[in-house]
Formats: sequence, C-alpha cells, structure tokens
Amino acid sequence: MEKELKKSVIGEPMDRVDGRLKVTGAATYSAEFNIPNLTYAVLVSGTIASGTITAIDTRAAERAPGVLTIITHLNAPQLAGYQASAIAANGKPNYRVFGGDKIFFNGQPVAMVVADTFERATYAASLVKATYQKDEHKTSLEDNLANAISPSRGKDYQRGAIDAYKTAPVQVEQTYMLPTEVHSPMELHNTTAMWDGDKVTVYTKSQGVKATQQSIMNTFKLTDDKVQVNSRFVGGAFGSALRTWPHEIATVMAAKKVGRPVKLLLTREQQFTMVGYRPKTIQKIGLGATADGQLVGITHESYSQSSVFEEFTEGSNNVSRFLYASPNVTTRYKIIPLNVGAPAPMRGPGEATGAYAIESALDELSYKLNIDPIALRLKNYAENDPERNLPYSSKYLKECYSIGAEKIGWSNRSQTPGAVKEGDWLVGYGIGCGVFGAHRGRATAKIRINADGNVNIQCATADIGPGTATSMVLIASDALGMPTDKITFELGNSAFPQAGQQGGSSTVSSVGSAVHDASLALKKKLMELSGKTESDLSPGNYTDIIKQQNLPYLEITQGSQGGDEGSKYSMYSFSAHFCKVHVHSVTGQVKVVKAVAVVDAGTIINHKTAGSQMIGGVVGGIGMALTEEALFDDRYGRYINGNFADYHVPVHADVPDIEAVFIDKPDPVLNPMGTKGIGEISIIGFAPAIANAVYNATGKRVREMPITPDKLI
Amino acid sequence: MNQFEYIRATEQAAAVKALVKDANTQFIAGGTNLIDLMKMGVAKPDKLVDITRLPLKDIKKTPTGIHIGALALNSQVAENSLILQHHPVLALALNSGATQQLRNMATVGGNMLQRTRCGYFFDVNMPCNKREPGSGCGAIGGINRMHAIFGASESCIAVHPSDMCVALAALDATVTVLGPKGERRMPFADFHRLPGDHPEHDNTLQKGELILGVDIPDARQTKNVAYLKVRDRTSYAFALVSVAAVLNIEGGIIKNAKLAMGGVAHKPWRLHAAEASLIGKQATIDNFKQAAQIAMQGAKTYKYNEFKVKLGHNTIVQALKTAASVA
Repeated sequence: MEKELKKSVIGEPMDRVDGRLKVTGAATYSAEFNIPNLTYAVLVSGTIASGTITAIDTRAAERAPGVLTIITHLNAPQLAGYQASAIAANGKPNYRVFGGDKIFFNGQPVAMVVADTFERATYAASLVKATYQKDEHKTSLEDNLANAISPSRGKDYQRGAIDAYKTAPVQVEQTYMLPTEVHSPMELHNTTAMWDGDKVTVYTKSQGVKATQQSIMNTFKLTDDKVQVNSRFVGGAFGSALRTWPHEIATVMAAKKVGRPVKLLLTREQQFTMVGYRPKTIQKIGLGATADGQLVGITHESYSQSSVFEEFTEGSNNVSRFLYASPNVTTRYKIIPLNVGAPAPMRGPGEATGAYAIESALDELSYKLNIDPIALRLKNYAENDPERNLPYSSKYLKECYSIGAEKIGWSNRSQTPGAVKEGDWLVGYGIGCGVFGAHRGRATAKIRINADGNVNIQCATADIGPGTATSMVLIASDALGMPTDKITFELGNSAFPQAGQQGGSSTVSSVGSAVHDASLALKKKLMELSGKTESDLSPGNYTDIIKQQNLPYLEITQGSQGGDEGSKYSMYSFSAHFCKVHVHSVTGQVKVVKAVAVVDAGTIINHKTAGSQMIGGVVGGIGMALTEEALFDDRYGRYINGNFADYHVPVHADVPDIEAVFIDKPDPVLNPMGTKGIGEISIIGFAPAIANAVYNATGKRVREMPITPDKLI
Repeated sequence: MNQFEYIRATEQAAAVKALVKDANTQFIAGGTNLIDLMKMGVAKPDKLVDITRLPLKDIKKTPTGIHIGALALNSQVAENSLILQHHPVLALALNSGATQQLRNMATVGGNMLQRTRCGYFFDVNMPCNKREPGSGCGAIGGINRMHAIFGASESCIAVHPSDMCVALAALDATVTVLGPKGERRMPFADFHRLPGDHPEHDNTLQKGELILGVDIPDARQTKNVAYLKVRDRTSYAFALVSVAAVLNIEGGIIKNAKLAMGGVAHKPWRLHAAEASLIGKQATIDNFKQAAQIAMQGAKTYKYNEFKVKLGHNTIVQALKTAASVA
C-alpha cells in the first residue's frame, strides 16, 4: 500500500535505453565483431533427406584461393564431450555435427569451409561435392501418421470420462492443420569464436549466454572460466536461439583447428533447416455441449512432427485442459519422427498451435449452438484452474473480453456468416484467446552504486527485442527511488551473474525480481552502513553514505527466486484477441482491417515496449493465419520455398492498426513487481481470431492454415 | 557464386560485340534477378557486361506513342507523368511488383528478362529442364501451386513472374532490339515464348541482342483501366493470377478491350477471344463473366493449381468491373 502513495515510474512509456544505439547502427550485433586476423566459415548443406555420405570431394575447394581448412566428418576434431557411439543413450541415432557419415535430414551440414574472406569461403563451399547412398526418407506428416509414437514427455491427460464429448447433444468434431512455420528473425544466426590458449571467447546469437556457455563447456570439456560467451544485441530470435546449435559448435571447433578467429553466418536458406521451426501439427478436436452451451467434454489430439534423432514435444494440448470449465477432458499427444531438422520452440510454443485448434472449434460450436462466441466463453469460464484444482493467482480474462468487444465494435458483428458487406468486401469479426504459464525462474543480479551516484546492474540475461534493459532500469528506479538516467543495466555476457534464457515470457518476472531484490538489498546495506532507518534513507543520501565510508562504490550480488506459490496457485497470463477482417467476395483476398489485443499480464513495467511486444506478436499471428507455410516436396524431402521471397512473413501492407490494451492489475503472487508475462500471449490466440473472423465474413471454415485466397473462392 | 569477369560497356554496339564474342557472357543492369541467380548457382556467367551507362533511360513522346528506354528504372516508369497520363495501367502493374527498393534498381529490359520464380528452377539440387535441359521437370509432379495453366509443355510448367510485362502485352507494345546484324522490332507478344521442348529459352532474343526499348502506341482513352493482382500477401509476392484490363467504353458500349493475364503461363497471356467477346457489348457483369469464361477455356491444371481456373475467372471479372467502374 505504501508503494501506491509515492509516484512510481513503473508503467511509464519509456524509450528504449539502447534505442539510439540500434537506430543509428551503433549497436554491435554478434556478427559485427571484426576481430583482427578474422577468418570466415561457410557451411555446406547436404542435399538428401536420409542416407550415408559415401564420399566428399574437397580437392577443388582446397585449391580455391584463400581456403584455410575444410572440415568434414572425415577429419573433424574429436570433441571430448561427444558420445563416440552412433546411437545415443535414448536409442535414437546420435546426430553430432561432422560426427559421422549418416544423413538424417536435408540441409544437414556436411562440411565447413574456412577461408580468409567470406566471398572466398562461399565460393569454395560451392566446390565441395558430397556423394551419397540414399535411403528411403519420410518427410510427410500426413502420410506417416501410422508411425506416430507417444513421446517420453507430453503425457496424455484424462479428466472425468474418456471422450465424453461424444455423449453430448451438440458436438463438433474437426481436424485442424497448422503447417511448419520458420522463425525468420531479421538477423541471421551467427557465431564468432576465438581461442586464446585453452580459453575460448564466443560472440553468438543467443537467448541465454549462460546456457550457451554450458553447452560449449560440456562439448569441449572446459570449465566456466575458459568459456566466455557474449550476446548483447539480438536481432530477433523467437525461440530459435534457445539452444546451442551444431553450427555454433562447428565454429568453435573450426576456430581451434585454424588457430584464428572464425566467423560463421548462416544463409537465409540455411535458417530453414539448421535452427529449428514450429513443427507442422495436425489436431483433432472433439467438443460436446448441452443445447444451452455448457461444455460436456473436450478431446484434443495432436500429431506433431519431430526429427528422427530427437524427441521434440510441446504443450499444444495444454490449453484445452484448463482454459474452459469442462468436467471431462481427454488429451492425446503423439509425435511423428521424420527426416527433418529438429524443431525448436517458436513464440507461444505449443500453446499457439493448440489455441488455434481449440479456439477454432469453440467458434464452430458457437454457430452450431447459435450462441455468441463471447457468451459461449463466459458460459464456460473457469473461475479456478480445472486441471489442477487451484485458484488462479490472478485472472482478468472476463475484463479482456468486454474491453476487446467494445474496442473492435463487436456489436456490429452478425451471428449469421456473410451477412455484413462493405462494397465488394465481406466483413467479419472474430475472437481468440491466449493463455500461457506465468513463470519465475532463479536469477541473480549484481548492483553497484558508485560514489558519483550512478548505478550499474549486471545480469547474464538476454534481450531478443522486448527491451529488457529498459524494463530493468524502470524496476531498479522504482525500488531505489532514483531517476532512470542514473541507472544502467548490462546483459548478454556469461561472466555476469546467472539468469535463465529469455524464453517462456519469464524474463521480467525472473530477472526483474532479482533486480528488485538487489536494489532493496543495496538500500539495506546503505541503511546498515549509515545507521539510518528506511524512513530516514532517501536517494539523496546514497552518495553521502558511500563517501562517508570512504568507499569507491558499494556492490551487492543478490539471488532471487520464487517460493512455493506454484503449489498453491495456478499462474497464467491471459489475452483476448479480436479482429475485424475484410474478405473480397470475388478474389478471396483477406485483409485484417483492425486488431485489438487485450492482455491480463499483471503489472506492466513499460507501456511503450510492452505495446511494441504485443504488436510484434499480433503480426506473428497474422503470418500464422494468412501467409506463413514452409512447404516440403516430399519426393526429395526438400523445402520448395525455403527463402524470404517465397516463404511469406507478413509485410507492412498486411498489418492493420493494432491496439494493445493492458488490464495492468498486479498479480499478487508471482513476484514482487506483480508482473506475469507478455511475449507468448501476444501471438497465442490471434490466428484463430482471424480464422474465426474469416468464417464470420464468408461462412467458409478454413481448417488448414494459412488462409490464402485460393481457399476462399 | 562463380568467379566472373566484369566489364562496363559505354556504347551499344560495343556491348553487343562483347556478348557475341564470349560464349558465356551476360548483360547486367539492375542485377536484381541475375545476382540472386548467381548466388544460388543457377546462373554461372564467365563475364558480365554492365550496360547501365548506356543512354537507354529515356521515357519520351514519339509521333505514334511513348518510348521507354530499356534502362529506365521500374520506379521511374511507374512515376513518370507521361505514363501516368497515357498508360496508367503500366504504372499500376509496376507498382504491384516487387518492392520500392527493387523497383529503384530494376530496369525495364531487366524486368522483361527476369527468370521464373519456380522453386525447382531456383534449387540446383532439384530437376529443372529450364535450368538444366534434360534433367526433368520437378514441378509437374511436385508442388505446382504457382504454376502455369496455359501454354505449358511436358518439359516445363513455369510461369513468367513479371507484372510489368502483363501490362505491356495488353498495351500492344513493340520491342526494339539491337543485334550483331542491326536493329529489329517485334510485337511485345512475340518477345516471350512458350516452353515447348526448349524451356531454357524464355524469349526470342538472339545471341548478342540487346533490348533498346519498348514503344507503346497511343491509346484512345485511358480512364477505364485496371491491374488486379491476387497474391498470398499484400506486397512483395508473385501473382497467383493477375489481370491487366484496358477498355474503351463509349456510351456504355465497349468499343475496344485489351486483356492480359499474369501468373498463368510461360509468358504474359493475352486474352484475344475474351476481348473479342466484349467488343460491341455493354459493360455489364454478365458480359464480363462471359468473357472470363471464354478466357479460361482450355486451361490445363495440375495437382495444386486447380484453383487458378476459378481464381482467374473471378480476377478477370473483378478487373473488368474495376476498369469499367461497374459495381
């Protein structure tokens, strides 16, 4: 309560602290460290989907000008951390970069050329000729559903009666397909590595430098003092930089081999095969309800693609277990191992896929029942978490519904599809909900106040775009009672105190708590040194205390983590996405003309960057619904559109006015700031909002994304 | 990208000579397509002759129409007042293609010479008769959603990706080229060719020939025009189908009609029979539908592009509605 009496900076729409650096080009991204004596690596991508390399002819490449080395499985240095056997402990084939002659997917790196310039390395790479013994490959999800397996993670779930929807008077039973989507950050994945004796320094695109450091330590059997990882600026990642990929290991390996710094930049085409994607998923939804719209049962089955060498699972069924108060829920989850690269989490991993299916099916049910889709959601509103039988720490989804309905003009919607027209354009309105777990991980921050009154905070977290440093400055400013321009926050350096990866919408909750706690610890130390009480201590005293103590600075390192809240509460962020679409009655073109995203994500630290994050997620949702699809030619097991011209991410002209609205009420449980998380719920639920609006406009239900004009004529 | 020699031509005859002399030499102007193809290993010229210094940039009035130099930039043409006044359909088509940045680099001649965007053509690890004669067509039994429904052959079903060329085909433009034996002129419709047994040839240019420019004859009236491009995203995407429509309507009667389609064939696809069906008729939706039906006769579809028949029909109707301002 005391907090609310003084003016807080929390929530202020503050410009990014690194905004000027970014827009002026002064921010140095990881591929921009032009270290003296730098060499350039280019990967040669394999061209078959399954089989064995029988020969690699590197002679012409070796003779090409400027070439320093060519690494293949035949000459790759053995890495201490690599398992020697071809079969890993889990029984799967052991995919290690240049670790053997087996090919598991098309585009798998088969060689790395290192040369004195990027152009020479690129040219030499084109001269490397691999020959293969081809094996039969499988890349089609549809054709291989019979090979579905139950993964070791992602267990099936049952509440109440099995497939109870089949007993209900009103039923929806439909199948929804979401194609493979590729993260497509603007910045390509890249790694620069340089060794100094037995110590290696790495600049890489990473969502968590500590995790990258650990991977390199494990693979090269090094201690943490021998591995320095930097990733200060990241030009988007969306989950693709949540793991240490083979190309990163290969670069560190190559730098050791040539004894010079090596820089590797993937090509855009290699981004489609080497750094993950959202896996294509077929989902079967069964919904059963009473005639007045009470859900009787939900069944949600997912069939998702994975690679032949790893199990990738995600929570696409999770949403159906708790978003609505159905007494009976059945979820089944299977993966289909295919000759494809490993999937990776992509913004709203699992939940975005699952919400597309369940929120589409619920919309279908609303028409069968002739009940307004919002009324249907309210009718089945879960006041408590029906999966875990726990109260929600906070849930303002009802408010999200009503605010969004008002802002989009829901009252103009007709319950009869195709009833509203504006000229040649059919008009439709749609809603889709997003939900994602609100998490708090362990994090540590080091805070230092100098005698001149400037405060510096360090933590090995990342900023892939949300404006992490800016939020952290606001949190520290609030906790210390100091102006923001006296505070700097540094991240992206593995030598800084521990933080988890930037993923799962958890950074502000985790790192923000550490910054908050470190700031309070610093104040406490100042009180101890000065003998002042909390009410005596004011920001104006800080430097005086340090000077009185004859200290150059005062520094505290403070760890922070949650308690047992998770066993008492169910903690989630919620969003309600609304959109208005135009569908051309003759050509089938879809235009999203307005989007409103209403968000219950607890306290908002910075309305400006949070708004930007919501806009970014909504644009991702537009891509999911209308434009994005990575297409395989299964005969060759190769992408047919693996480039930026043919794989369509939305462009500005696809993006309408997007209004992000925050409920901005603190979550009383998760962390001291009252925040939850934004990154995932910005996209989760937006694609079904569009699909539902398209149905409302046209009466056509497209159950295979993306909704392109050919599907609507 | 292979290593290559680069020279800069300062006069037309020398440029032609340079191309005739060496077997594997290509002209380069804006480079917006050729450089991509070189990076992908699809084009492997030994020598490039940069022609951007040649004096072929004029857009000017002539006694019979408007001349556009081959090196005029796409964006210059799209913004040119003569073009906007006399042939707005060309500006509409140009502005629906590529991006502003690409249009600022790409030339008119280069636009005419751009290669197909067929994914099998672009991937050197796939079969493609256009890229590598005799290797087969990956698209016929593959992902052929973007591919041709008219004029294709057993060896190639690729489409020409240009928007500009669709408008120029509708406008009855003429192409002037300079070759070792001097200048020659041809109707725009004869510039590009159908794939037949030689899909490696996109057009009828002879060895060493340089495009000098395009001439568009005067049009009787310029109000009733439309360029409608249906695509998978709103900008920076190739056409699923596109339609250029140029109508001459007097007293509610269609006196003349010119229609061409993009995204359906190996070349801009002129719709002569549909045009003929409109002449002398009233500008009504029923007549537009009849013309569209005639236009789509004889379409041959593949596994993934069946939709183009209906989409083509609908796009013609919509383009005619827009051109004629019929609601």
